[in-house]
Amino acid sequence: MTDQTGQSVPGGEIAVEADRISKIFQSGGDEVRALDDVSVAIKRNEFFTLLGPSGCGKTTLLRVIAGFEPPTMGALRLNGRDISRLPPNQRPVNTVFQNYALFPHMSVANNIAFGLEMLGKPKGEISKTVDEMLKLVQMEALKTRRTSEISGGQQQRVALARALAPHPEVLLLDEPLSALDLKLRKEMQIELKRLQSETGITFIFVTHDQEEALTMSDRVAVMSAGKILQVGSPKEIYARPAERFVANFIGESNFLDAVLSGTSVTLKAGRTFNVTPPEGVADGAVSVLVRPEHARVKPGAAGDGELAATVQTVVYSGDATVLHLRLATGELFKAKVPNTPGSGTLPGEGEAAAVIIAPGAVTVLRD
Amino acid sequence: MSDAGQSGSYEPGTLEREAASAETRKRWLLSLPAVVIIVLAAAGPLLVMVVYSFLAPGDYGNVKWEFSTDGWTSILMQRDIFDDTLQWADAHLSIFWRSLSLSLITTVSTLLIGVPTAWFIATRPPGKREFWLFLITVPFWTNLLVRTIAIQELIRAEGVINLVLLRLHIIQEPIQMMFTNFAIGFGMTYVYLPLMVLPVYAAVDKLDFRLVEAAHDLYAGRWVAFRRVILPLIKPGIIAGSILVFIPSLGAYVTPRVLGGGKNLMFGNLIELQFGAGRNWPLGAALSLTLMAGVMVALIWYVRVTSREERNG
Repeated sequence: MTDQTGQSVPGGEIAVEADRISKIFQSGGDEVRALDDVSVAIKRNEFFTLLGPSGCGKTTLLRVIAGFEPPTMGALRLNGRDISRLPPNQRPVNTVFQNYALFPHMSVANNIAFGLEMLGKPKGEISKTVDEMLKLVQMEALKTRRTSEISGGQQQRVALARALAPHPEVLLLDEPLSALDLKLRKEMQIELKRLQSETGITFIFVTHDQEEALTMSDRVAVMSAGKILQVGSPKEIYARPAERFVANFIGESNFLDAVLSGTSVTLKAGRTFNVTPPEGVADGAVSVLVRPEHARVKPGAAGDGELAATVQTVVYSGDATVLHLRLATGELFKAKVPNTPGSGTLPGEGEAAAVIIAPGAVTVLRD
Repeated sequence: MSDAGQSGSYEPGTLEREAASAETRKRWLLSLPAVVIIVLAAAGPLLVMVVYSFLAPGDYGNVKWEFSTDGWTSILMQRDIFDDTLQWADAHLSIFWRSLSLSLITTVSTLLIGVPTAWFIATRPPGKREFWLFLITVPFWTNLLVRTIAIQELIRAEGVINLVLLRLHIIQEPIQMMFTNFAIGFGMTYVYLPLMVLPVYAAVDKLDFRLVEAAHDLYAGRWVAFRRVILPLIKPGIIAGSILVFIPSLGAYVTPRVLGGGKNLMFGNLIELQFGAGRNWPLGAALSLTLMAGVMVALIWYVRVTSREERNG
């Protein structure tokens, strides 16, 4: 494998490595810490997602990797080489911008050819690559159109083709799907996944949409307030969030008070579970997470190992029914019960119910 | 309101038609002030010029009401005072040429100074741009003549520039700048610079800087990004600014008069001369119309050329 400058790249596992990067913006005398001591290693050929609410620093991190913002502290390495001070036009990294940033004065084909021209590729190779890219994103028919004459979804494809054409080491995608409607977004999610596996390029994807992150990524980094809170596969992030913020941001959550003692945790509501607590959590009072779909509910009084509750509201939502319950301890609890044929009767509003939490469903959180 | 689908069962009545025509009359009435202004301010004087250019000059200015093409022929010809034959005269032509070249030089120099200036202002933080724009517009508050005389103070033999250069021993004798083409170009560049800066500023202000980032991201260096992305996108502003500078430069009158003296005439001075001391109103009218036609041709050519480039981009 060779990079843009033609040098051969040693076959290391890590493509992009952020090493204790901080980015401080000065805004009218105030210091804004957009990135706070961020370290993360992104593997080659990985679909890596930076997930977080707006203002969490995910776009700043992307801009540091692209070279638009120099890090205030720390180092950025690409294939082991420090590129922190390299200008964006010398990095073998391309970006799909949030608003696509297509050149409005050029045709679709000229947009895609731009990066290749800048790299000084011969004309024949450029036109061949442009055609390949147009085919890859299924836009052959619109080759000569102006970018202002095509729809948002098509612009999205052109932006992708333009960024992929120079075959970068790393492709950065800054919320590229946020401007599309739901149906198109779903299509593009699958499309992006396909492109990533076909091209074998490392994708770093920024989004605030947790569902998007879970469906597309190999690994997800959840960010908040300029820090990376947790990095892991979508499964790990969802099933074993380390912190309350991560649990809350991804999926629906119930947070219950509990007491941790070694590897067993006892809910305030009664019942003890075996757990593997995350690092840095001491014995004593803790918060635990139970996903609403990991609890079952049956009508009537609570038996052994069940939690007593009263149903407050029942919300039918097609594929599932969500019950809002109040536990005997006064804590609120949401349970999501799938609507399958013969799934039994559910308690009605105001009735007593028993909540059954599966043994592996309790996760201790680091607050 | 009659619906097309119902036209079979319902004919628009005379009442409606009358209402419609009243509506049309009202519209005409509303546009009347505009029509009057256009006729009085544009078409009228133009017509007077066309008529005057085909009349004979009066003895003390004004015109004699008899048909003559002398106004037009004397643009490039001269009637010999002895044998009354027409002869080729290039005096006017050299003035045309000076006007044209000085206007082009002015346009280019305002571009060279104006584009970076506009860029500078447009890239200031939002709150600070007004201040710089304000500075750009300050000269408009002062009379053109006063500003031109101020320039004279700068460039005359005992002026600021010469004094500084003499004191610094860079020159031994004052440089003659007054009453040269340089003086005219310098003055016009100064006078017309805001007309370049403002439209270019508007264009740069509208420029999406993410496109510049995209260019850098796609391996373009600073200069290539400017040439391939920024320049084509701010071109409308550059075109507008160039037109706004070039046209008044071509007809400039005060600046060449004050800074160029009596020898370095420009087109505007030539026209003024015919209506003043020259007492040849028909020639003045013909010269004015020639200037207008020239400007129009130049404009059409310029817009054609620049928009064709854009299509090829």
